Amino acid sequence: MNEIFGRLTIDAFKHDLIEASVGVSILIAGAVMTFLLTYYKRWTWLWKEWITTVDHKKIAIMYLIVSAAMLFKGVVDAGMMRAQQVLSVGDSFGYLGTEHYQQLFTAHGVAMIFFVAMGFVAAFINYFIPLQIGARDVAFPFVNALSFWFFVAGGMLLITSLMIGNYSGVGWVAYPPLSGIEYSPGVGVDYWIWSIQVSSVGTLLTGINFLVTILKMRCPGMSLMKMPMFVWSVVVTLILIIFAFPILTATTGMLTLDRVMEMHFFTSGFGGSPMMYVNLIWAWGHPEVYILILPIFGIFSEIVPIFSQKKLFGYVSMVVALIAIAFLAFVVWLHHFFTMGAGPNVNTFFGLMTMLISVPTGVKIFNWLFTMFRGKILFTTPMLWFLSFVFLFTIGGVSGVLMSVAPIDFQVHNSLFLVAHFHNVIIGGVVFGIFAGFTYWFPKMFGFKLEEKYGAFAVFFWVFGFLFAFIPLYILGLMGATRRLDHYEASTGWWPLFAVAAFGFVIISIGIGFQCLQLYVSYKNRKKNRDKTGDPWNGRTLEWSTSSPPPFYNFAHTPEVHDIDPFWVMKEKGLKEAKGNYEKIHMPKNTPHGFFIGVLSFLFGFAIVWYMWWLAIVSLIGIFVSLIVRFSDRDTEWYVPVEQIEQIESKRGK
Amino acid sequence: MSKQLKITFLLLFLFMLVTVGLIFAYSGDIAVLSPKGMIAEKQKQLLLIAVSLMLIVVIPVFALTFGIAWKYRANNQKAKYHPKWGDSLLAEAIWWGIPFIIIIILGVFTYKSCHELDPFKPLVSDKKPVRIQVVALQWKWLFIYPDYDIATVNYIQFPEQVPINFEITADAPMNSFWIPDLGGQVYAMAGMRSKLHLIADKEGQFRGASSNISGKGFAGMFFYADATSQEGFQSWVDSVKRSSPSLDLEEYDSLVLPSEYVPPSYYRLEDDGLFDQIMNKYMAPMSKG
Repeated sequence: MNEIFGRLTIDAFKHDLIEASVGVSILIAGAVMTFLLTYYKRWTWLWKEWITTVDHKKIAIMYLIVSAAMLFKGVVDAGMMRAQQVLSVGDSFGYLGTEHYQQLFTAHGVAMIFFVAMGFVAAFINYFIPLQIGARDVAFPFVNALSFWFFVAGGMLLITSLMIGNYSGVGWVAYPPLSGIEYSPGVGVDYWIWSIQVSSVGTLLTGINFLVTILKMRCPGMSLMKMPMFVWSVVVTLILIIFAFPILTATTGMLTLDRVMEMHFFTSGFGGSPMMYVNLIWAWGHPEVYILILPIFGIFSEIVPIFSQKKLFGYVSMVVALIAIAFLAFVVWLHHFFTMGAGPNVNTFFGLMTMLISVPTGVKIFNWLFTMFRGKILFTTPMLWFLSFVFLFTIGGVSGVLMSVAPIDFQVHNSLFLVAHFHNVIIGGVVFGIFAGFTYWFPKMFGFKLEEKYGAFAVFFWVFGFLFAFIPLYILGLMGATRRLDHYEASTGWWPLFAVAAFGFVIISIGIGFQCLQLYVSYKNRKKNRDKTGDPWNGRTLEWSTSSPPPFYNFAHTPEVHDIDPFWVMKEKGLKEAKGNYEKIHMPKNTPHGFFIGVLSFLFGFAIVWYMWWLAIVSLIGIFVSLIVRFSDRDTEWYVPVEQIEQIESKRGK
Repeated sequence: MSKQLKITFLLLFLFMLVTVGLIFAYSGDIAVLSPKGMIAEKQKQLLLIAVSLMLIVVIPVFALTFGIAWKYRANNQKAKYHPKWGDSLLAEAIWWGIPFIIIIILGVFTYKSCHELDPFKPLVSDKKPVRIQVVALQWKWLFIYPDYDIATVNYIQFPEQVPINFEITADAPMNSFWIPDLGGQVYAMAGMRSKLHLIADKEGQFRGASSNISGKGFAGMFFYADATSQEGFQSWVDSVKRSSPSLDLEEYDSLVLPSEYVPPSYYRLEDDGLFDQIMNKYMAPMSKG
């Protein structure tokens, strides 16, 4: 049996009641979906329209769906952790076992960073980069689909760990020697490795694909310094991805070799060094933080001019700030472990570099504020998210600069102060930016606007909920409460603050409730909220010049631009888009190979986790076969006939 | 926004202020902000300096955000509207320049404090420091007093106003050794000798903990540190020496086995080289399999 199933035994399926209920609810959700698809006879539709698609817009929608599901999981994790911390004081040990609790905080971090933040950002990049640069697709449409399916495979490995075996419980960056085979002999760390290994291959491919797209496929007239600021922010992000993600792949690869093949890169004996791992993981990990936030800066740089009805302030300065942040992002990694004892000179250098980042970041905030200055500000939901972002992100920035001073960091490192800090910048920055971008671009993606009223409620509950949930953590950190505790003594006096933090979680949940309600009501009133013009916000960039949602070829005529904010200038000059005289359009064909390789790489990861070597070899061969078949296929493109374009364009605005 | 909505939000905001205020007033001692030792005191000073320096930028940002958002709201007919204005060299110079200057000032503080508060640097004092060797185990702290021939688990005692020289290692996954009342932490790593120098200004009891996840029993890796008078410390050492089991390599081998929420225990130290032997487990290439 060992030859077939490796170390997978029946025990891997046995879980305690709480853990099992998670697995069962996932299975039920899957069963319901299968039933609905069969009942409405939608399997062919699913296969033809979605699974085999290479359309960047459909891929983006799928990223949105997967990320939203992972967000749900991450939020549930958070609630369970807070509940445990309220219940597990003194003589009571709460309702979660320690091992389960430790898996929760690890899975929460991994899900939120890799599959929620990265997923939403990937969705926006996918949907709007080609549209904003006036292109019809990305440089390598098949690779784009492949990236998505790697992302899904990684996420599925994480989800599978809830049902078969367990997830890692050693924290989201898994420092050895704790993550080594000696202290973590189980499958948890392997699941962690392969869930991020597989998805990060996809991220790297996305990085290369979109950088080529932006550099080579901009429409005529769009020089680099005429690109929308979102495109600029994504260029810089992609460069960060291309430099940073190979480090992650190599680091987790070495950890695998340590674990599976008894090598000694990161052990404490045989010449290995765990400290090398810590350096390497943060050499990826810090740029990763900026990979998350820079596209968000780009989104806000789109939103603020739109709703201030004014040109973006200091375009050149914004670009310089982006590049400065990207450069500095690579020379600050050591601030994650000042406490390792590298010595005062090293700590000073990395502290200074860290503080320096606050200068270009501050410049961006001032430029947004001066974009609003002498504008006509409309307080729509995206703008409310932006204003809340300025408020919370600035507080997060202050606590961040505090920790860049090494002696201060010694007193708050790995405490709940740190947890409050990074949630302050990630929720206040990345998450709010995602929500802002989602509301702003929703009409473009789905053809109708979201109801404003519920959006405003969501913003307020999120902001207040955030303050309730995380201000207590700042205080707790200063009181000496460390992170990742599943239990503490009653004599610490921490309980009231943990209770308030849990209350904050409830308020945030109400905010999420309003967001769901907003989606539901807007969908119900979609006829009323229909965006017929394709330009609901008086837009400035090219994505608003096509219909909502755009046709699969994006633009009937390739746009030509002469200015920053080309669509705005066009409207100002009273120019109308040309009609008729269409030419046939060259488009990529659908292919199932992205999906196949995704499934096979899931199996490959799963096989290594459980030491099923035959399956690992078979799926690896399968991946190569699929690639060869795909690359030998010469019939991958087609021409959209003029009649079809005329037909689609004549329906526009109706 | 309707009037009801505004009132709701205002009430919610007030409610939040009151709650946070009450909690601040009723919650226990905030260790980092009410230090009990010189090092923690200096770290707190640094924290306050850094916060006030940053307020130079933060307060204008908040004021500008609210001011601009209010004045340039779309339905304010009196406000100017210049949709094409998007550059000002002077303005840009101000917000590139001033934060940069503030960072340079903060940088000077950082350089000085990194050197002054380097955890590896011994404290200057006319009193002979107490040496405590710390070993992070699964999941408890072993403290060795090589000069007093005693050892303890999950409890330390030392005299007030005397520098404490901690030497820190681990025979376990990485931990971080932190006594917030007395000052910042350093990592405890297998095969590495970290150092930390602290001092307690007054008598008192302080909580210490590991701040780095080290496995299942991590949450139970806290301990209490008592700063007592010199006489109190000496009599404590004597009583431990008199009435405790001895700690030799054999006893250590059973101590090193994983255990959780370990209550304090005390030992007579048989071998004052124990710490180096633990370190050496990770030095020789073939010693760890």
